[in-house]
Amino acid sequence: MFQAILFYLFSAVLMGAALGVILSRNPVHAVMFLVLAFFQSAILWILAEAEFLGIVLVLVYVGAVMVLFLFVVMMLDINVEAVKRGLTRYWFLGLGFTLLMAVEIVQLIWLRGQDSDIAGGFEPYADGYSNTKALGSVLYTEHVYAFEIAAVILLLAIVAAITLTMRKRPGLKVQNIAKQVAVRAKDRLRVVKMDAEKRQ
Amino acid sequence: MLAGLIPASIWEIWNSLPPLVQYLTVVTWKILFVTIGVILIVAFSTYFERKVIGSMQGRVGPNRVGPLGLGQPFADVIKLLIKEVVVPSKSNRFLFVIAPLLTLIPALAAWAVIPLNDWYVIADINAGLLYVLALTSVGVYGVILAGWATNSKYAFLGAMRSAAQIVAYEIAMGFALVGILMAAGSLNLGDIVRAQSGGFLNWFLLPLFPLFLVYWISGVAETNRAPFDVAEGESEIVAGFHVEYSGVAFALFFLAEYANMVLISSLTAIFFLGGWASPFEGIGFLEPLADIPVAGLLVEGGLHWLFFKMAFFMYTFFWLRATFPRYRYDQIMRLGWKVFIPVTIVWIVVEGVMAWFEIGPWAGLTG
Repeated sequence: MFQAILFYLFSAVLMGAALGVILSRNPVHAVMFLVLAFFQSAILWILAEAEFLGIVLVLVYVGAVMVLFLFVVMMLDINVEAVKRGLTRYWFLGLGFTLLMAVEIVQLIWLRGQDSDIAGGFEPYADGYSNTKALGSVLYTEHVYAFEIAAVILLLAIVAAITLTMRKRPGLKVQNIAKQVAVRAKDRLRVVKMDAEKRQ
Repeated sequence: MLAGLIPASIWEIWNSLPPLVQYLTVVTWKILFVTIGVILIVAFSTYFERKVIGSMQGRVGPNRVGPLGLGQPFADVIKLLIKEVVVPSKSNRFLFVIAPLLTLIPALAAWAVIPLNDWYVIADINAGLLYVLALTSVGVYGVILAGWATNSKYAFLGAMRSAAQIVAYEIAMGFALVGILMAAGSLNLGDIVRAQSGGFLNWFLLPLFPLFLVYWISGVAETNRAPFDVAEGESEIVAGFHVEYSGVAFALFFLAEYANMVLISSLTAIFFLGGWASPFEGIGFLEPLADIPVAGLLVEGGLHWLFFKMAFFMYTFFWLRATFPRYRYDQIMRLGWKVFIPVTIVWIVVEGVMAWFEIGPWAGLTG
């Protein structure tokens, strides 16, 4: 009962935040709504005892990805009116995609739900169940190859992103850190001894 | 223990309450205790800071309000509370007001999983270490939003610097914590402390010394404290992201910064210095001391040890501030990306190899 109330409460906030993402005029507000939506879905996961997934969602998406998003959105000077005009021109395309996604979601829930008890309550795990341990033991045994391949693809993406953005510009001034560290006071500073001068 | 202190009639009423209400009452009191404790520590650490820096610079520090100047933090708070909060006219009002709260809330919420002693922890969850990492990474929003909502060049520069710095140092911090969870074999903070019990030779400080340095320095950088305080940089960008904040709004930023410092100090103590555990555990000739009332506290673990360790790291914060000049921005980035991250990765590999060949403290890990 208490869990159900919490579930509907957080789901309602999640829906509101998701609507806020697409309805707010200010792009920074939209990003903050997305952050709120991520938080709410993390809470829903934690309610389902998937605390690892929930916390990692906050850690990765809220803590890193959305910070960079916010970074970019703040730097850009987005003309909101121009974006809105695009929306009115392509409304039929957007509507088509929305309908397609709605059909897919309904069908997925309907297909998955046929032989499972959707309306029934959530069965809590036994004491001592650790979501982190359960996930780890599945990832590193059954799906170890898929996991490793995903890791290699991510590494490739990192290397590719760095090589694409790193170019040698002519006339670029770079500090030589080793030289800077090696500098001693006597290289730069000369102490001059001189006699006191007579007052004039 | 409690049953003897409380009259039987109250005890009966308590037992007749539904379990959910009992649970919520207990948790609320626990939260209140921890929050008020943290805020009091924050208040007196400002006094502590001014005294420490004063004595390092050959001054006296605050000594006018109350005995030894101990009333100074309260005088400051009252002054800030009765000042006017000025909201710049071209600013984003809502985000401007909410930004200080966004920095303070994660700093306080992280205390939910921090064990103060063997049994006092608000939420004893399995993924405590991940929770702490997630919440410390959320605190950056307040700083970025404050800088943006102020609609001022200086504030925006401060916010940008702070965002880049926190994202960079978070990775090094995360990797340092990977080393901790490899050594402890658990994500639960209580279990991490228990894995270090048995005297200071069992602390993770010794086998994970490079990770300790990386974690502590990254912690100083994450809290935007000197020598990494380019986000504030009062000599170049006036006060960075909080340049337009005054009164209570500024007080909240101040509170958040110090709450974060207390948090990082406690976390470093928990991860590397055995948290509440006493350094003199398991030393033969000190064992009889445990029965003597006051001296026994020396041998026994408890909240006081966590407090001492936390206080030591707070002192180190102030010590660093009084000693070092500010880092240049590109040097901060270089230190984070090119020095700390490789060091942590190398040490994780070293740890893995040692665990595999069952050397040193990780003999039991592979089994």
